[in-house]
Amino acid sequence: MHRFLLGRLVQSAVLLVIVSVIGYVILGLIPGGPLSQFGLDPGLTAADIERLKEQMGLNQPLWLRYLDWAWRLLHGDWGVSLRDGTPVLTVIARHLVATLLLMGSSTVIAIAAGTWIGIRSATHRYSAFDYAATIGAMVALSIPTFWFGLVGIYVFSLKLGWLPAGNMYTIGDASVLDYLHHLILPSLVLSLVHIAVWSRYMRTAMLGVINQDFVKTARAKGVAERRILMKHVVGNALLPMITLAGVQLPSILTGALVTETVFTWPGMGRLFYDSLGYSDYPVVMGILMFSAIVVILGNLIADMVVAIVDPRIRLA
Amino acid sequence: MTDHDDTTHLLSRRAALRLGIAGGIAGLGLPHLLGKPALAQGAAATAAAREAAKKAPAGRVVVGITQEPTVLNPLMLKIEVDDGVHFSLFDALFRIGPDGVITPNLAAAVPTQKNGGISQDGLNWRVRLRDGVRWHDGKPFTAEDVKYTLELITKPNFRAWRTAGHSLLRDITVVSPTEIAWRMEKPFAPYLSFLTETFIVPKHVLETAADPNTADFNKAPVGTGAFKWGKRTAGDNLELVANRDYHGEGPYIETLVFKYIPDLTVFYTQFKSGDIDLTGQVYITPDNYKEAKTLPNKVVTLVPRQTIEGIHFNLEKPQFKDLAVRQALYAAIDRAAIIDALYYGVPSATESYMPRSSFYFNDKLPVQTFDVKAARRLLDEAGWKPGRDGIRAKDGVRLSFNNTTTSGDHLREQVQQFLKQSWADIGVEMNIANLPAAVLWGDVWAKSQFDTVISGVVFMVASDPDVTNRFHSRAIGAKGGRGSNTTQYSNPEVDALLDKGTATFDPEERRKIYTRVQELVRHDLPFMPLYQVTAVLGHKKSVQGFVPNSNTRTESWNAAGWSRAG
Repeated sequence: MHRFLLGRLVQSAVLLVIVSVIGYVILGLIPGGPLSQFGLDPGLTAADIERLKEQMGLNQPLWLRYLDWAWRLLHGDWGVSLRDGTPVLTVIARHLVATLLLMGSSTVIAIAAGTWIGIRSATHRYSAFDYAATIGAMVALSIPTFWFGLVGIYVFSLKLGWLPAGNMYTIGDASVLDYLHHLILPSLVLSLVHIAVWSRYMRTAMLGVINQDFVKTARAKGVAERRILMKHVVGNALLPMITLAGVQLPSILTGALVTETVFTWPGMGRLFYDSLGYSDYPVVMGILMFSAIVVILGNLIADMVVAIVDPRIRLA
Repeated sequence: MTDHDDTTHLLSRRAALRLGIAGGIAGLGLPHLLGKPALAQGAAATAAAREAAKKAPAGRVVVGITQEPTVLNPLMLKIEVDDGVHFSLFDALFRIGPDGVITPNLAAAVPTQKNGGISQDGLNWRVRLRDGVRWHDGKPFTAEDVKYTLELITKPNFRAWRTAGHSLLRDITVVSPTEIAWRMEKPFAPYLSFLTETFIVPKHVLETAADPNTADFNKAPVGTGAFKWGKRTAGDNLELVANRDYHGEGPYIETLVFKYIPDLTVFYTQFKSGDIDLTGQVYITPDNYKEAKTLPNKVVTLVPRQTIEGIHFNLEKPQFKDLAVRQALYAAIDRAAIIDALYYGVPSATESYMPRSSFYFNDKLPVQTFDVKAARRLLDEAGWKPGRDGIRAKDGVRLSFNNTTTSGDHLREQVQQFLKQSWADIGVEMNIANLPAAVLWGDVWAKSQFDTVISGVVFMVASDPDVTNRFHSRAIGAKGGRGSNTTQYSNPEVDALLDKGTATFDPEERRKIYTRVQELVRHDLPFMPLYQVTAVLGHKKSVQGFVPNSNTRTESWNAAGWSRAG
């Protein structure tokens, strides 16, 4: 286990370096640059612009800028946003809270509903419920989230007036209830697609287990059907789902651009998009590295949890 | 962002003329009568303001904007939406109203040659300041602050937004706490207008910072404006609170919130649902205008902006060196169809780069007529013969070029499709090659690395008719010049007129100069004007005192005069 961990950590470090180099180079190749985002005074001379670039640290060759950035990162300095001078980690932390609230709640809904639908579909194969779940999942997967978002806003906000049309809280209110009220629509819309994925996986995993010999044996031994289902089938079917959860974990932290945009939710997805639009290199790289670390950690944790839960797997 | 290259707006309608009068009166020693900033320029606004003046600030107004304001130091590199915040937190020496009249703000009077504030040669300026103004932290505002501000802008290490004009200042002298004087290296008439956009910052706060570029002030600014700094929720909104000790009229609302909604569809939805009280920069898209007008409890108005949407030629490309080609392309555009069918009749056609509300606007320019036959004839006569593929050519140059605009702007993309078809009709090939805004407004635009570009441009800097930066041959960035003459336009007569214009202070004299400049530009067609942008502005009926002002870049220029009914 220790050797496995050490190996994975070395692998992860190499991977992070590769990700950072690719990210930095691609960003550096995008023409325009941060200066072009500002409404530059038409009276500025080329010399003025060079001076501004120097002040913003943009006039050095790309590789030198990368080395400088990487060196600082190793020392815990993630840099400051070119837009407003806020430290990158502070910028990320501010948006992370909003994203965690939205993605966290929608993931909880998705896992709960998806698991239940998956189990019921598998145990009631070819029933009306199963067909409805299949069609529902197909619809949820094939229609883009923003459409559900806009329809949701149209029906529940503009027509019925039950739910807010977006934003994380009412300006001037911001009570817990107010946050929850604003959370309902976006988290439901966002969870739709995850419910679909989760329920499909769960159904397949259940079916894979349900016909196996040990289940038949248990049934032959006269174990109660409910106990068979809960202990033998669901327990085993959940194993691959842990891996799936591990893979999905990063998205909980990196946000959902489309949903955040439709509901004006100040999360990580929108931060990334905005920062790209402004060529705010330090923030873009910060989010990139943060996501890479989360992805690598997510996979590592999933592997370890599976190993602990399923003794057949030995990590070496 | 629609208008990337908006460096500044403004324009003064009868401005300069009245300016002289206003300044003259003020100079007669009645500064305290004119002392209040001219916030409520409209009749309705004045009435509302008067009524609201009786009570303490109350209520909240949420302004929706599509980009996030992040630069809170008003002198630093910034984007257009930052202006809304700056106008509320800070004051400039002067202020320009919707009618183009420049009035005193932190200054006690507008200096002119007539009242002696500006010397006859235009070189020596003397500005008297309002007495009794305090910064948000309670410290008194003095001439030292003005001196510090003007000097900070041109400091080599300071990341200034604009140095033009300011760099001409010499010997800035504090005459008394309420009077400041300086000498200019050469006469520069537009400077008064520049000062309407130069917000004064507190010396006592910024002076102590090690580096003004990264000072704490930039995150929690201290100004003299009608609103004080509240808080910023990154990625979401920014909140200002009423400054009860404001030296001018207002404020009448307790909180002013700038709410950031990047997506235009969502932006409009939130206006409909009532989440935002007033639509800020980029406004409501023209295709939603018809519906917006019918919304209950909302007021939707059309407000002309200074932005001129047009097709810009790179005149160094061989295809465009021939005037006949530009004239033919212009004649082959069905401009009325573009305005009516694609833009729902919201904007208005124009022949000038100058907004029609300007005192300097030339309304006698020849009007373009859609005439395909004339276009073909022009090209035939100039020797552009159709080749085997139907595309015209002359001396080995094919009449084929790229057209670029910001990708994702669906209305502009429709205009491109339309132009492509129209020009194919006269044997011209146009290819669409769009770029993301972040790329286009970099070197591609600034260094003229394009064939043609569709863009909305504000040609003037501050409220002045001077367009040296756009049309003077010294201003061609691609040739190492200082300015944004991206079409690489060069006309010696225009150059001479522009030089004369910046050194002339008399409005009537200047009118003659800039009328002629417009004639020449209309004739030479370095760009083809499509229309003058009209913004669709919406606000709740309960928000009162709102006055559109196309001489500033922001709708919240007079937030101090807003009030909430009920």
